[in-house]
Amino acid sequence: MKVALFIPCFVDQFYPEVGEAMVAVLRRVGVEVCFPAEQTCCGQPAFNTGYWEEARTLAKRYCDIFDRYDAVVSASGSCTAMVRNFYPELLGELRRASANTFEFSEFLVKKLGVTDVGAKFPAKVTYHDSCHTLRELRIKQEPRALLRAVRGLELIEMTEAESCCGFGGTFSVKFPTISSAIDEVKCQSIVATGAQYVVSVDSSCLMQIGGWLRRRKLAVGTKHLAEVLAQT
Amino acid sequence: MNANAQRFRRACEAKAFDRNHRAIVAKNTATYHAAVARGLARFADWETARRRAAAVKWEVMNHLDHYLEEFERNVRATGGHVHWAETAEEATQIVLSLARQHGVRKAVKSKSMVTEEIHLNPALEAAGITVLETDLGEYICQLRGEPPYHIVTPVMHLNRQQIAETFHEKFGTPLDATAEELAGIARERLRAEFLAADMGITGANFAVADPGMIVLCTNEGNARLTTALPRLHVAVVGIEKLLPRLEDLALFWPLLATRGTGQFLTVYNTLVGGSEPLHVILLDNGRTQLLADVEQRDALHCIRCGACLNACPVYKTVGGHSYGTTYQGPIGSMITPHLRGWPDWSHLPYASSLCGHCADVCPVRIPIHHHLLHNRRNAVRQRLDPPLQRWMFRVWLWGVQSARRYAIGGRLARWAMRLGLAQPLARAWTRYRDLPDPPREAFRDWWRKHERA
Repeated sequence: MKVALFIPCFVDQFYPEVGEAMVAVLRRVGVEVCFPAEQTCCGQPAFNTGYWEEARTLAKRYCDIFDRYDAVVSASGSCTAMVRNFYPELLGELRRASANTFEFSEFLVKKLGVTDVGAKFPAKVTYHDSCHTLRELRIKQEPRALLRAVRGLELIEMTEAESCCGFGGTFSVKFPTISSAIDEVKCQSIVATGAQYVVSVDSSCLMQIGGWLRRRKLAVGTKHLAEVLAQT
Repeated sequence: MNANAQRFRRACEAKAFDRNHRAIVAKNTATYHAAVARGLARFADWETARRRAAAVKWEVMNHLDHYLEEFERNVRATGGHVHWAETAEEATQIVLSLARQHGVRKAVKSKSMVTEEIHLNPALEAAGITVLETDLGEYICQLRGEPPYHIVTPVMHLNRQQIAETFHEKFGTPLDATAEELAGIARERLRAEFLAADMGITGANFAVADPGMIVLCTNEGNARLTTALPRLHVAVVGIEKLLPRLEDLALFWPLLATRGTGQFLTVYNTLVGGSEPLHVILLDNGRTQLLADVEQRDALHCIRCGACLNACPVYKTVGGHSYGTTYQGPIGSMITPHLRGWPDWSHLPYASSLCGHCADVCPVRIPIHHHLLHNRRNAVRQRLDPPLQRWMFRVWLWGVQSARRYAIGGRLARWAMRLGLAQPLARAWTRYRDLPDPPREAFRDWWRKHERA
């Protein structure tokens, strides 16, 4: 099976290791991957700020690039929600690329039927449900199933796994105090688990959570699910 | 930035890291969530219940003219009176003129957000009429001179000690009074007032078209006393409160109680039918503007259960008073620009992380966070967006329409971050949070190198 990778802009620019890990995991389970070099941004920042005309231009661009593939695997639940849930409303039509874009954990579990990718990561981790992954895509069990199959990994649920981290795209800089106060509550919930790592399928949440933890030198690392699954 | 937006921003700055406020709200919402979990378990199929409720409300909103006239006919047929008010001022004037006609000097009120919306209490007081709130939470708000903090639980931001302090200041009661003692003091003071009042003022949780009745749900029985004891009852009712038939209450009563407080049913559910002393004021006050917006019309399905407030990370952080609106939280941020004007309120739809928890808990399935997105788009269409932001998005769009320009822009941004040049631009982020270390190469650079090798 050959799939196209969609590496959203900020993962591409700030978290290249997430994309690299995705490539490693997908190849390990026998998927042939390609990276259409024309891709840039799905348009979500513009869409969420109210600039639907600008977002529409990028939505069309995304579909023109990815329409030819049978499946597109994305490194972000949030960007997948943008493409799959919001493009039809934005474009007034359902494009092939929109229906065929999948979030990474969803693709492994639902499309390939794989939960054990042969990973080994001896650490205590807690999983953060990113809002768009949980409430737009309804993905909750898939990442957890993948984590439970990792050798040596202990998954500890936090009390507020489903609570927002406060990132919210441009919200995080338009209302930085509100955003950070929400972040603090989330991080208290994470730290209380005693986990060494907080894992998510959205690097944007991890940037928000990691930004708070690191400023306060709290000893919890952040990892994208793909980075955990890439460890052997 | 307009004055409202500035005021909102300042209020949020003051509240967001107020740990005392956060702890009280966390405690009260935790109690609420535990009760709701038990309440939801009593439904055989919660999802079907809310789908059914949404369908009933859809039917009402899309035939509102029909149901309003049916309601009016039926109330009048049994001797009640119906008044139509297009604006808050009109509604207030109707109440004042009824009060004058009946020689009213004292009024008691059962909890009602719509009378907050039209600022009825100050208008009555200016006309020399004493008004007393009889819902315990609202009574405490009135004693403190504060607006309700929450549409269902008006003093969710206070703990027992703070309420005891308020009672101590007003009535000299002991500072260590228990919750039961405080409620007892309020009950004692209120009983006499009920008997002395000339007019009872209520809102309505629902208005039933057939038969023409208004429905009041309280846990304290105060709506019964408010409607039964004074010689005149005036109910101010938003036109969106309509339900077609009495049978619909079999669904909407448990729906409201479960999401409102976690109860299966509210303790006192009172039906007030058309009778001589009943005057219903049907209020528009901007609602028909929302009705005219086909995309967002379903916001009028709202039954004011308050569930979206309790679910909202922003509401729990900034608190109900920061919004400066009658209706707070997600639903308030969604409807306030429609009801009170876009130029003054378009900042509220942006004050959301779009987490979507509000829509998940909504008993009538209003996609609130999607409507916040629609509101943002509407604000941009009206050119209410900051010009600098508009310009930045144009430049950004030009950049990301080409993979080459995007890659160069990304490289420049990472380089600037490494040299610390991006710090002034990133101040909003770095006040509380660190930025990630920018990598030397992007994923696309890695891919190109490795795939060519």
